[in-house]
Amino acid sequence: MNLGKLLEALVARKTLLTRLMWVVLAGLVIADVMIPSKYNRFPWESIGGFGAFYGFFSCVLIVVVSKGLGYLALYREEDYYGEQDNDAGAPGEQQEPRDA
Amino acid sequence: MPEALHPAALLFIGALVAPLLRGRARQGWLLLIPALVIYVVFTLVPGEYGVRETIGIALTPMRVDSLSLVFASVFAIVTLIGAIYALHVDDVVQHVAALLYAGAALGVVFAGDLITLYIFWEIMVFTAVWLIWRRGNIVSLAAGYRYILVHAAGGMALAAGIVLYYLQTGSVTFDVIEGGGLAFYLILIGFMVNAAVPPLHAWLADAYPEATVTGAIYLSALTTKAAVYTLIRGYPGTEMLVWLGVVMALWGVVYAVLANDIRRLLAYHIISQVGYMVAGVGMGTIIALNGTAAHAFTHILYKALLFMGAGAVIHMTGKAKLTELGGIYRYMPVTLVLYMIGAFSISAFPLFSGFVSKTMVVEAAALDGRAWVWLLLSLASAGTFLHTGLKLPWFTFFGADSGLRPKEAPLNMLIAMGIAAFLCVFIGVYPAWLYAMLPAPVEYDAYTTGHVLWELQLLLFAGVGFFMLLKHLGGEPKISVDTDWVYRRALPATARGVQRVGGAAWRALLDAVIGRVRAVSASVSAHHGPQGLLSRTWPTGSMLLWMAVLLALFLIIRYA
Repeated sequence: MNLGKLLEALVARKTLLTRLMWVVLAGLVIADVMIPSKYNRFPWESIGGFGAFYGFFSCVLIVVVSKGLGYLALYREEDYYGEQDNDAGAPGEQQEPRDA
Repeated sequence: MPEALHPAALLFIGALVAPLLRGRARQGWLLLIPALVIYVVFTLVPGEYGVRETIGIALTPMRVDSLSLVFASVFAIVTLIGAIYALHVDDVVQHVAALLYAGAALGVVFAGDLITLYIFWEIMVFTAVWLIWRRGNIVSLAAGYRYILVHAAGGMALAAGIVLYYLQTGSVTFDVIEGGGLAFYLILIGFMVNAAVPPLHAWLADAYPEATVTGAIYLSALTTKAAVYTLIRGYPGTEMLVWLGVVMALWGVVYAVLANDIRRLLAYHIISQVGYMVAGVGMGTIIALNGTAAHAFTHILYKALLFMGAGAVIHMTGKAKLTELGGIYRYMPVTLVLYMIGAFSISAFPLFSGFVSKTMVVEAAALDGRAWVWLLLSLASAGTFLHTGLKLPWFTFFGADSGLRPKEAPLNMLIAMGIAAFLCVFIGVYPAWLYAMLPAPVEYDAYTTGHVLWELQLLLFAGVGFFMLLKHLGGEPKISVDTDWVYRRALPATARGVQRVGGAAWRALLDAVIGRVRAVSASVSAHHGPQGLLSRTWPTGSMLLWMAVLLALFLIIRYA
């Protein structure tokens, strides 16, 4: 069996796969609400579906905070350190760096 | 006194002989040596070997116990995997460096005293750097030099700490470092540099993406995890490490969002994952230390697998940036599938290896009632899946078609990845194999309904977030400054500034001095020169006259 072809077939059915994924997601939350948690070390461990909320929240928070830091402070152009491969000089002789 | 063959000796001999061999014979040798090392490590009997006294200091070159064995086992396995992955490489320097580097890493985990540890520690630095330099471009050369400089600084802290520790305690035995004095912190700093604990971590994300495709496998596995071993051995329960570990876990995640180079993204996730281990060491409970050792074991295998997948893409396409890759899943499907096994493992999906080890560290935080640690480590978990499991594969293998039409990676690379992938799934499905190797008996069950449901929800809903924010998550053709900015920009700029200002001041000073000297010399020349008042020859008569005047003055003053 050709693995590449199989993957192509899956990609071609991405709408169906997306719907299936939503069913799985819903099923997980329902299961978590229905099945009482054995853990109660933290108050949120007994809240059904908290993991779903926290996963989504974490994702958004990470992206917003990281991109924010990137644009505000951390991003520089690729040749910031004046060390791109096409530079002629030896590493000890970096040209005067340009400011971002 | 019992004797045993030190696995490091085997690797060092292997490294000496490898350059003498050619072609198939060398390839066979490069596989035989790591295979023998696996055999030797897995048949070692716990005990202390080669104990001796030199200039009044008791040395234990080889201490075999359950903690050193769990690290040595996975080091040996990954050395063989790395050798298979690098089998097509003709550059013997890399092979020799890799064997020596792996040998030194084994030397560190078996070292029973701090002097033996220090020697192997330094050998690791000077062998690892060749795996960076042999990429053979300007960037890797510069990154390699920075790698040496940072580790030389860390090594000096370690050496100074060891000397002080010996002076305080009269012993160099490597066990829990007690005291909390200067020696305690110097040794800790030495270990923390290699474990890539912020702010001492930037060397890792600087150097690893610039290493050779095959060398990066060894690098990703050995240095940081050897340091994790030393932390478990020397600093269990050091509270400060809990929070440093949490910061690490999040720091890596933030920078992975910003990364465009696929191996830089993975390098930042080494820092993130080692954060779990450092936090585990800081908590210091039995389950936390077991979890740390287990996570080091699984991490080495899945991270090697991820680096091998990314390396295969770089090897076949010549591209390393998300902005230049995309749409190649049709052409490298086996690489994609094997990579994804590593990605599911690092993300801690049930049935993959990370699940049975990472949740153990997180569980340790729960048992200690550390709510913030638990929440933040879970947040970093979601971030791990976001980048390693979704962002990297999506924009490398799917996403916009880059027009690249690579062939599938060579067979030896796929076999190496296959072995690592098999172990990732095997440990995930049958964690008892791993748990039996851990330093203390394991009473932890990863596969409870609560854990599985929690983890699946956390990861899959992070995935929902990913696809919602997809258009903001592609790579950007930028780099991000990290703490290496201090020694790559701030210090050189300061030095240049000092040079400029200092140079001007120096010139001004010189000018002033020279001007003064000139003035003095002009005045000397005016008075003492050939025409000078003070160098004229005077008639003897005038001298007599002046003598008479002086005598007269003297008499007047004396008797007036």
